[in-house]
Amino acid sequence: MHARIRSLALVAIALSAVTTTACKKKPVVAPPPAPVAAPFNQDSADAAARAAREAAERAAREAAERAAREEAARLAAAVAAAKAAFATPVYFDYDMSNIRDDQRATLDAKVPIFQANPDMRIRVAGHTDNRGSDEYNLALGQRRAAEVKQYLIARGIAADRIDVVSFGEERPAVAMDGEDAWAKNRRGEFEIIAGANPFKLPNK
Amino acid sequence: MTSRAARLLLCLCTPLCLFPSTSGAQDTIPQGVRVGLTYDPSTRPGVFVTAVAGETGDSVRAMLARNLDFGDRLNVLSAEPGAPPPAGRFNYELYAKLGASAIVQASMTREGSLHVVVHDVAAKRVLNVGDFAFGGAAPLSPAWRMTVHRASDEVERWITSVRGIAATRIVFVRDQRLWIVDSDGANATPLGVGGTALSPAWHPTGRYVAYTAMADDGLSVVVRDVQSGQARRMPRLGGSNFTPAFSPDGSTLVYSAGDDGTDLYAVAPFGGDAPRRVTFGRGTPTSSPSFSPDGRGIAYISGRLGHPEVYITDADGTNAELLTEAPSGDRPYRSDPDWSPDGRTVAFTSQEGPNLQVMVISLRDRRIRQLTGSARNENPSWAPDSRHVVFTSTRSGAKQLWVLDTESGRTRQLTRGAGVARQPAWSPRLEQP
Repeated sequence: MHARIRSLALVAIALSAVTTTACKKKPVVAPPPAPVAAPFNQDSADAAARAAREAAERAAREAAERAAREEAARLAAAVAAAKAAFATPVYFDYDMSNIRDDQRATLDAKVPIFQANPDMRIRVAGHTDNRGSDEYNLALGQRRAAEVKQYLIARGIAADRIDVVSFGEERPAVAMDGEDAWAKNRRGEFEIIAGANPFKLPNK
Repeated sequence: MTSRAARLLLCLCTPLCLFPSTSGAQDTIPQGVRVGLTYDPSTRPGVFVTAVAGETGDSVRAMLARNLDFGDRLNVLSAEPGAPPPAGRFNYELYAKLGASAIVQASMTREGSLHVVVHDVAAKRVLNVGDFAFGGAAPLSPAWRMTVHRASDEVERWITSVRGIAATRIVFVRDQRLWIVDSDGANATPLGVGGTALSPAWHPTGRYVAYTAMADDGLSVVVRDVQSGQARRMPRLGGSNFTPAFSPDGSTLVYSAGDDGTDLYAVAPFGGDAPRRVTFGRGTPTSSPSFSPDGRGIAYISGRLGHPEVYITDADGTNAELLTEAPSGDRPYRSDPDWSPDGRTVAFTSQEGPNLQVMVISLRDRRIRQLTGSARNENPSWAPDSRHVVFTSTRSGAKQLWVLDTESGRTRQLTRGAGVARQPAWSPRLEQP
């Protein structure tokens, strides 16, 4: 294409040279410069149109991508929030393993997530505070995890979707003494171990 | 008696002195009371450990004297450090005047043994003689020290007719790893188990330790060869598996297992019969078995009343009964039973006011005696002499292991240093180094 433009330009220069020679006596009026750029203008218009089209397409694409990104971020945030809600521990009273009334809502909130992710399997870990016997706390932690599992089974979740483990007092949430720390350490924790990738949000 | 003891002390303070007491606070005896004045000399015969010749002589003498002191059956009086070993015939009359009933005279033989002579001061003759081979162990190495410990245990038996407990070790948990320490507090060493390990228990031979292994996917029971480090995982009996205990014949391992509640199961740790269920807790927590010395009974914790109490059952699961009758306390909590090697008592932990304390219950009349009183004290484990217990205490700050003489109330700190030490298990007497 460049070669063609160049040859056109050469033709135009040759023509103007001939004209100049023929009218030697006449006052030299410089002819307007050969319309060398004329074909360029056409191309340039095409290019501009093309560029505009491309820019518009790009803008649209970027907008779509941005929207998709924002949607993905929104979804990711929603998934993260749902996962965080799912991971919210339940808390127990000292030396007790029954589900407290004020902890039922925390457990009930997990049920729709089980329903939205039918292949999801989880692990419930029972923990204790560090006041009693280290060894008995292993057994107590197991009981707490088992109570959580029984509660979820009663809400319609299949038993084989829930593993239970005990960590006794060995993995405190707050490695301190005192009523506040103890209350935070007497807990059941929730971990997704399989079947939730991708994680599906429950239908509102 | 007091004046006699005081006179004795005066006598000793001139050419000789009392062996310095290395014990710490005492639970039932006021602090600051000198050991030499506290105990009735008629029940704690005075013993001299004479100086020992040779490069390691001072170490041998110090270890013998300390072991006999830690045994709490003898009143150890020692020659001044650096005094030459006595030569020729003993002046028994002089030793008698100084309050000694026996003299322990040790020497190193050319054949690589510890030669020990014990003199009966009143009878003015040699009571017993023994040789204890070091087996080529390097001086002051753990095996070498164990030979000296075995010698002092025999000396204690010769004098008191009860064998000592120096040649033993205590396995315990420090920062969620297994450690082993000699009975005198020396050679505290990690066992080299990777990952979190809890609630160790000895095989009656002292060759194996069973423990609870904690991983992200739960609790399992492992039996480990202490010398070789070889480990074998016990059958996973559904749910969490934890707190193992060997039967006295070593052929059975009992531990907690279960998904909903936990119960005790008996397995053959080295192959054999299929696992057998022992307890029936109906979905309640059960843990921490401890066998009676005849292997026919098991003490354990059950939460079936809604709080933990100590129960005993026949090893086949029949005749389960509550051992620690709960009084009307606001927070009854009894745990960590350990059946004494003589079969007569069970030591356990009890919530007493704001703290846990170590208790002992007589199986004959169910009388309960509180053994500790200051700070938090828990998880007792009997020494082979059924007289000393090792337990966890916060009395010096972070949890450390302490040894208590249940007859005198005398205590000593076993572990020191960084980290939290807990869950001790006292080994049987160790015949091999």
